Amino acid sequence: MSKSLFDKVWDSHVVRKIEDGPDVFFIDRHFIHEVTSPVAFLGLKNRGLNVMYPERTFATADHNTPTINQHLPVEDPLSANQLKALEDNSKEHGISHWGLGHEKNGIVHVVGPENGITFPGATIVCGDSHTSTHGAFGAIAFGIGTSEVEMVLSTQCIMQPKPKKMRINVNGALGKGVTPKDVALFIISKLTTSGATGYFVEYAGDVFENMTMEGRMTVCNLSIEMGARGGMIAPDDTTFEYLKDKPLSPKGDKWDEAVAYWKTLKTDADTVFDKELTFASSEIEPMITYGTNPGMGIGISNNIPSAEAVEGGVATYKKSLEYMGYGENDTMIGKKIDYVFLGSCTNGRIEDFRAFASIVKGKQKADHVTAWLVPGSHEVEDKIKEEGLLDIITDAGFVLRQPGCSACLAMNDDKVPAGKYAVSTSNRNFEGRQGPGSRTLLASPLVAAAAAVTGVVTDPRDLL
Amino acid sequence: MAYDKFNILTSSAVPLPLENVDTDQIIPARFLKATERKGFGDNLFRDWRYNGDDSLKEDFVLNNPIYKGQILVGGKNFGSGSSREHAAWAVYDYGFRCVVSSFFADIFKNNCLNIGVLPVQVSPEFLKQIFDAVYEDANAEIEVNLPEQAITIKSTGAQESFDINSYKKQNMLNGFDDIDYLQNIKGEIETFANGLML
Repeated sequence: MSKSLFDKVWDSHVVRKIEDGPDVFFIDRHFIHEVTSPVAFLGLKNRGLNVMYPERTFATADHNTPTINQHLPVEDPLSANQLKALEDNSKEHGISHWGLGHEKNGIVHVVGPENGITFPGATIVCGDSHTSTHGAFGAIAFGIGTSEVEMVLSTQCIMQPKPKKMRINVNGALGKGVTPKDVALFIISKLTTSGATGYFVEYAGDVFENMTMEGRMTVCNLSIEMGARGGMIAPDDTTFEYLKDKPLSPKGDKWDEAVAYWKTLKTDADTVFDKELTFASSEIEPMITYGTNPGMGIGISNNIPSAEAVEGGVATYKKSLEYMGYGENDTMIGKKIDYVFLGSCTNGRIEDFRAFASIVKGKQKADHVTAWLVPGSHEVEDKIKEEGLLDIITDAGFVLRQPGCSACLAMNDDKVPAGKYAVSTSNRNFEGRQGPGSRTLLASPLVAAAAAVTGVVTDPRDLL
Repeated sequence: MAYDKFNILTSSAVPLPLENVDTDQIIPARFLKATERKGFGDNLFRDWRYNGDDSLKEDFVLNNPIYKGQILVGGKNFGSGSSREHAAWAVYDYGFRCVVSSFFADIFKNNCLNIGVLPVQVSPEFLKQIFDAVYEDANAEIEVNLPEQAITIKSTGAQESFDINSYKKQNMLNGFDDIDYLQNIKGEIETFANGLML
C-alpha cells in the first residue's frame, strides 16, 4: 500500500497498537526547557521512577531567560528557581544541559537543528507547541503536555492516536519581498486557526523544495497555528547538506547509512491524503495580522475584512478588533506602531537577521520605536557579528540583545506595555501574549524592519 | 499522577460563548513559573477576570456569582495555542471537571484527558442549546454521563452522545493514567529501542 512520508515515519515508531485507543509511540529525541519540565520531574520523584534513556533528552533554558546581562544572576526569583530546577534535574538524571551562559544555549527549536540533534525520519517531542519546527527535516515533531514529558522521561514513549494526514501544495515562484513567514501566514489565513486540527500536514511543491532549511523551519514552526499537530517536508539534498558535519549528526559510515535511509522518506506517488489543498504562490504577498489570532492575517496592501466577510462568530471578531483598536475595512498601511520584535523560534535565525539588515542598512530606526532584536541562539549571535550585520544594525540605531524566547511570550522582562502596538516576527498575536494589554501584528523580518525604520506599517517592497 | 475517577457528573455550568479561546487567555505565560502543580486556578483567565490593578472585571462570567458549577462551556476551537498543560491544570484547579465545546484544539484536549478533566465535544446546535438553557436559568443542570457517553440538558431533556476512545474512557472511569500503562511494557519498549539506527 502506498504510504505518505508521515505514514512511513509514524508507522516505524509504533511500539504497540491498542484497539480503539492510542498507539504506544516511541520518541527518538526529547527536548526539555525550564517551564514545562519541573512538574514532570516531580512526578518521577513521587513515583520513584528514573529516566529510561537520558541520552535521548536534551535540556536548554530559553523561555524565561533575560536577554540582557546574562552573566548576572537572574533577578526574578521564580524564573531563577525554574532555571535551577532544570539544571538540578538534568544533572541528577544525566541529561545534557545547555543552561544560561552555556555556549550552545538558545531557543530549543533553534539549537536542536543547528547542533544536528534533529534528523530526518526522527520522532521529536518537547513541552512546547512549536516543536513542529523540526518537521522541516522530515521528522514527526510536535508539542506535548507535562504529563507526556513525564512519560517520555520515564519510558521514552507517549500514547497517541495517529492523526489524519493533509497535504498542502504551493507551487510557483515567490514574489519580491515574500518570505517563508508570509507563505505560512497566508496558509493560516486561508485555513483559520482550527482548519488543520486533527491533522498532520505535509508541505509539498516547489515553493518548499526551493526554500532553505531555515525557511522550511519557519513554515513548519507555524503549523500549530492552523491547529495541526505538526507539519513536515520531505528531506532532500538541502536537508542533508544542512545536517552534514553538525556536531551531533552521525559521522562516517553511520552518516552514509543514515542518508541512504533518509532518501527513502518521500510520499509514494499514488498516496491519498485525508485532505489536500493547493495554492498558487502568485496569490501571496507580504502578510500582516490585524487581529488576535494568527489566522487573522491579510496581504499588507489589503484592508481589514468586515465582520460579515469572515467565517465564524461576529461577536468574537468584533471583540478582537476592539482589542486591537482597529475598525472593519481599515487599511493596515500607515498604522502607527510602537515596538518591533525580531526573534523567536519562528524567525530568530541568521537568515532573518540578514533580511532585517537588508532593509535597515543605511537608514535609521524611527525615534518613537522600541526595537528588540533577539537572536535565537549564541551561534546565531556569533554569525551576526562575523557577517558584519551587527555593524549595520548598530549604525541604524538598533541594539542586539542576547538569545532567548523573549518578547514572543513575555515571560521575562521583555514585555510590550498595555495598548502599545508591536510588529513581531514571532508566532502568536493572542490578547496579552507579549505583555498584558499588548497588541501584536505578526509579520516577516522584512515587514518588521520596514516598520522599525518608518514607525508605521509599511510595505517592505517599497524599501527593497 | 493518577487522578480522580470520572463517572457521572451533574452540575450547573459556566458559559463562555467565545470562539478560539486560547491558552494564553486560559493562563497567561507570566503565571507559568511554578515548579509545582499548585495554585493555577487563581490565575485562570487572569486577564479577563482582573484589571491591571487586580480589581475584578465585573462583566466577566467567572466574576458573576450567579454562574457556578463544575462544567465550563466554551465556543468553537477551545484551547488553541500553546502546549502548556498549565492551562488544563488551571481549569481543574479552579474546580471544573468537564469542558464542553463544539471543537477542541488537539493538545489542550489531550492534556485534559491526561489529568482527569473530561473534554466533551458536541454539535454546534447542541452547544447553542446548552448556552440557551444556562442563560434562561443559571442553575440549569447538565448531566455528563461518561459510561453512557451522553450529555443531557436536564431542564429540556435534550441529549447528545459524545466520542471518547475506549482506552481513554477506561482510564477516566478508573482514574488511571498513561504512565501506569507504559510502566508495564518497558521490556517491549527496550526491545524496540534496541532495533533503532539512531
